[in-house]
Amino acid sequence: MNKRPDGRNPEDLRPIKIEVGVIQRADGSAYIEWGQNKIYAAVYGPKECLPKHIGNPYRAVVTYNYRMATFSVPERKNPKPGRREIEISKVSGEALERAIFTEKFPNTEIEIDVEVIDSNAGTRVAALTAAAVALADAGIPMRDLISAVGIGKANGQLVVDLNKEEEDAEDAVDIPFAIMPNTEEIVLLQMDGLLTKEEWKILCEMGIKAAKQVYEIQKQALKSKYFVEEL
Amino acid sequence: MNEIIWDLIKDKTIDELKKGIREDGRSLDQYRPIKIEYGITKNADGSASVKLGNTFVLAGVKFGLGEPYPDSPNEGAISVGTELLAMASPSFDVGPPDENAIELARVVDRGIRESKAIDFNSLCIREGELVWIIYLDLYVLNDDGNLFDASALAALSALKNSKFPKMENDKIVLKESTNIPLNLKRLPILNTFTKVEDLLLVDASLKEEKASDGRFSVCVTEDGFMTAFQKGGIGSFKKDEIDRCIDLAFKNAELLRKLL
Repeated sequence: MNKRPDGRNPEDLRPIKIEVGVIQRADGSAYIEWGQNKIYAAVYGPKECLPKHIGNPYRAVVTYNYRMATFSVPERKNPKPGRREIEISKVSGEALERAIFTEKFPNTEIEIDVEVIDSNAGTRVAALTAAAVALADAGIPMRDLISAVGIGKANGQLVVDLNKEEEDAEDAVDIPFAIMPNTEEIVLLQMDGLLTKEEWKILCEMGIKAAKQVYEIQKQALKSKYFVEEL
Repeated sequence: MNEIIWDLIKDKTIDELKKGIREDGRSLDQYRPIKIEYGITKNADGSASVKLGNTFVLAGVKFGLGEPYPDSPNEGAISVGTELLAMASPSFDVGPPDENAIELARVVDRGIRESKAIDFNSLCIREGELVWIIYLDLYVLNDDGNLFDASALAALSALKNSKFPKMENDKIVLKESTNIPLNLKRLPILNTFTKVEDLLLVDASLKEEKASDGRFSVCVTEDGFMTAFQKGGIGSFKKDEIDRCIDLAFKNAELLRKLL
């Protein structure tokens, strides 16, 4: 077992810090620092569906907007949302929707906006982690939180939470991964790279374990806003 | 019109699937009949059409010349686009690609790109200056479910059918081909599984997709690698369900590869 470029062990996460209730106008919000990644997440809703035809008479519509600030990457990003941002928004929204009791709010919209202001690999899972906390902060009834983490392979080693240097490795495999931690149901799963079945089996176990660590941090963040200290 | 009815009879569709009954008599792990045609247009550098049951997708390749990306000066590139044509479904509209079209294009792209089927170094003409860029565009003509697998198959078929155009003085000579094929080192096959309650369906029809709780796609190569995953739709998969999908994907991909 080799140390990773930043000195971590294969199963070590980068430092994660979550703050709840950081956007005053939003119904719920959270801020996450995950290694160098810095992301704000805000929730509005359930609210009136506009335009009306996007509404669903049986359940709430969940809209997830993942965006990166122009200055959040080494080379200035075009402010127009790209195909990557649109795809990430789609699959992340679908992941959260699995956890939300949308059937309680027909004909409404639950809007989740996340803005990446600094990035170093793993922004979509960090954003999803923050968004789940923001939804809880907004008081939206949910089956469970969603806890997300990157897993994959870099420099011949199976690791969790790849940083940018590892993502750029020749043999890199990147797997954005998210579960509902109490049931271990996988709600987000993407991958690109070359991976064998055996490697996946190990990584899936590592991912579940790491996501549960993320879950503890999420819970702690919510508790520190909502629980009064014992006397 | 049909689509609204399918939403309403979702429960019936699920009941039948639970009994192992599919409308066309297939087993749950079986593809619909597949028909691939190559070279469907003369002006494209490579093209193919795929019929997967009634789902109908065209793929066309055009080579372009351009500068390489600064971080890979000796590599060519591929760009995949998808058009969900308005003619393909009453629920598709004209206009720029929506999130569904973008997701589809990006999953097809990842499966091929990451498999290293295309040797991007061989697409380099002059390092840092001039490379071939493969523009691969997918046109969905009829959506009867499982656009992912049909599109990936059409994409691969069109690439397999591609020949480099003639080039003179760093410019493409129009209407002249070379006979030099684009070599594919691997044949990555995308396999999509549709989850209906606790069943996993191979090659879901649109009616079955309407009753689904999500899908999972995995792209596999002939030498035991997986090159892309994508979970989509509102639903979740247990670890053992993903493992079952992967095992079945390797098995079915062998059958699909023989059709190419």
